[in-house]
Amino acid sequence: MSGVRVLVGTKKGAFVLSADGQRKSWDVSGPHFAGWEIYHMKGSPSDPNRIYASQSNSWFGQVMPRSDDGGQTWQTVGNKFTYDGVAGTHAWYDGSPHPWEFKRVWHVEPSLGDPDHVYAGVEDAAMFESKDGGQNWTELSGLRQHDTGPKWQPGAGGLCLHTILIDPTNPKRIFVAVSAAGAFRTDDGGATWKPINRGLSSQFMPDPTAEVGHCVHRLAMHRSRPNVLFMQKHWDVMRTDNAGDTWTEVSGNLPTDFGFVIDVHTHEPETIYVVPIKSDSEHYVHDGKLRVFRSRTGGNEWEALTKGLPQKDCYVNVLRDAMSVDSLDPCGVYFGTSGGQVYASADAGDSWSPIVRDLPAVLSVEVQTLA
Amino acid sequence: MIRVVLPPPLRLLAQTGPEITVDVAGAVTQRTVLDAVEQRYPMLRGTIRDHDTQRRRPLVRFFACEDDLSDEPPDALLPRQVAAGEEPLLIIGAIAGG
Repeated sequence: MSGVRVLVGTKKGAFVLSADGQRKSWDVSGPHFAGWEIYHMKGSPSDPNRIYASQSNSWFGQVMPRSDDGGQTWQTVGNKFTYDGVAGTHAWYDGSPHPWEFKRVWHVEPSLGDPDHVYAGVEDAAMFESKDGGQNWTELSGLRQHDTGPKWQPGAGGLCLHTILIDPTNPKRIFVAVSAAGAFRTDDGGATWKPINRGLSSQFMPDPTAEVGHCVHRLAMHRSRPNVLFMQKHWDVMRTDNAGDTWTEVSGNLPTDFGFVIDVHTHEPETIYVVPIKSDSEHYVHDGKLRVFRSRTGGNEWEALTKGLPQKDCYVNVLRDAMSVDSLDPCGVYFGTSGGQVYASADAGDSWSPIVRDLPAVLSVEVQTLA
Repeated sequence: MIRVVLPPPLRLLAQTGPEITVDVAGAVTQRTVLDAVEQRYPMLRGTIRDHDTQRRRPLVRFFACEDDLSDEPPDALLPRQVAAGEEPLLIIGAIAGG
């Protein structure tokens, strides 16, 4: 019988939420790694029992747990992330040169075909890969050593590489996003990279349309159309139909186009979801209402999804890695909030109910659909 | 036998109780004790000191015999009571942050 497993990373540990295909009755496991920040967890597409996690805190740094049994038990694998060669400098908030320093792993992305092959997006922004199940990590330094690297500046959350999307038709093509440098693409498995930010406009920059410097919050792709990407930028929701060569704005009738998450319906490549946030200085939802907005037209025309979500006195945020979809039919949609709620919809967003209400602040939500 | 008290997050990581013991051959210093701790508990590598520089992480502190030894050179001898197993080396997370 089919089922789903929701991997929830929080400020104080990890939780695993499990249900059968009905998605009505949930088993909650955790906290795992109690007290540690779990920025992200994700399972291997080719072996759902293989799950990688990013465990860190300010005192004791980065740890990388791995599970080989679907999250029941964990072992610690390699946590040595050393930049390739002379690390050099990027730009600090004031524009001055600042040494590249590893701080934490924001995102783990298992490769599509090999559970031992996994990528990690880190702060300060770089991409690493491991081909031995996370024991050893090597930087794909062509990204950080791009000519524009010395110009990259951190966003408020740090200079983080937070999104990694692998083209399912061509694993050598990978898209990443860095706050606040922008989006980048490799077509050779990570050896060389190009900025793909044409069409973005960021008014906080001296040159709003510069090649780099854009605070991209999240990218999303439907696996059937890897040249179509959707982006939640600091402000603006964007799409590209040519693998990032050019972007157009599709914010349309959203009440605010600031936000963090964006995701795509599993079975409808033109159906996308965002959670608008009031502003970059007020990191909570608009009007005290928790609303997911859905577009069935690939953007521009949005409808508010509110059934089952609080519609007054709600002031939570939904962070960039905290939304995911399952591959059941109807498509399930899940997201977690800074208030510790994880909401699920088993009908593509038409209605919602909380799986849990009182976790620590949620940093990430990933879903595995189990056969 | 050297006694070492770990902070709670590292106990969780190493799956130990509050206090562990390690054997050190030769001089008992921060470096030789931490080498022995990391040898026995490899999951702690990188959490107390940097992988490459071997420098103490900024928010980790070392105490023994009521003294703050955090800024002592890593090759300085630890107090006689630590070397004799009478007192533990305390590894703690600084009281900072939230």
